[in-house]
Amino acid sequence: MLKRALAIIFLLIIGYWLAQGLAGVPFGEDRMLVGQYYLDHVKGQTGAVNAVTAIVVNYRGFDTLGEVTVLFIASTGVGALLWRKKRERTAKTEGSMVLTTGTTLLFPFVVLFGAYIFIHGHLTPGGGFPGGATIATAFLLLYMAFITYEIPHKAFEKTEGIVGMAYVLVGLIGLAIGGYFLYDWIWQDWKLGADNIGRLLSGGFIPIIYTIIGIKVGTELSGIIDNMLKEEVSE
Amino acid sequence: MISVYYFGAVSLILIGLYAVLVKKNLLKILIGLSIMETGVNLLLVSVGYVSGKSAPILSEGIGPNQAVDPIPQALVLTAIVIGVATTAMALSVAILIHEKYGTLNVEEIRRLRG
Repeated sequence: MLKRALAIIFLLIIGYWLAQGLAGVPFGEDRMLVGQYYLDHVKGQTGAVNAVTAIVVNYRGFDTLGEVTVLFIASTGVGALLWRKKRERTAKTEGSMVLTTGTTLLFPFVVLFGAYIFIHGHLTPGGGFPGGATIATAFLLLYMAFITYEIPHKAFEKTEGIVGMAYVLVGLIGLAIGGYFLYDWIWQDWKLGADNIGRLLSGGFIPIIYTIIGIKVGTELSGIIDNMLKEEVSE
Repeated sequence: MISVYYFGAVSLILIGLYAVLVKKNLLKILIGLSIMETGVNLLLVSVGYVSGKSAPILSEGIGPNQAVDPIPQALVLTAIVIGVATTAMALSVAILIHEKYGTLNVEEIRRLRG
């Protein structure tokens, strides 16, 4: 009881302190500095209409490579922590008829929707990370519906490695052509889709990189799901 | 008075912190951490909001002067992904602890005490 009271007093102090700090930051006021630059130049410099994805993939693409690396390390860490000699799925009850029928019907459409989200990242809200998470949801559905289902491990691991290297390769091609890592040669040199801004075939290498990220995030999160759902069995 | 969005974000942070401080079940502590993370993300997005302006997608008559700040949104996108990664790591550590000690109660996990 005393611990709870102490915790609440502590929280009230922190809340008051945060509110004091935020009182000096009026809500809804325009205080853009770099943001305005990005908004003014995003169409001309990257060819994308979605400023957020342009910043994430184009202006700060190196940062996003680091982010993908963090996700990769986390999935490797989950695999290493839960590693056992022999692990199998141990669920005992098959999913209900609604779940199994719904999963078989919906699975292709969920994957298609995920692909739609990451391919249209430069036009609509979304991008590689939400698209990949949507694809992983489709595999989670399969895991919940069928007690013996497992992802094709070999194919998934190879795909993950290949798309990871493809991201670095895109960056290195930019280094060779334009002089710095992740230089957007498709937009800056080739001017592909310059009269097509706001449609699918524009945005330089943003759709390419977001497709890479989408596939990578999808396979990685499916691997994490697989690692967490399997349990050790004695031989 | 602070804005209702700031109030909501700070309340989420405090609710999460309360769960981290008071709860004894490891899973509840992790849920508290996730709630705190949501609060921080909401705070970042609402700091970047400019009243009367639209989402930073410059199509169909939205000009560069009619969009909100895109940088906090890009930051939050990063933060969400890293949050998912750390949550997955923490959950697998929780699975290991449950295998070793047979409990998730932090007071019964004796060997963690100094």
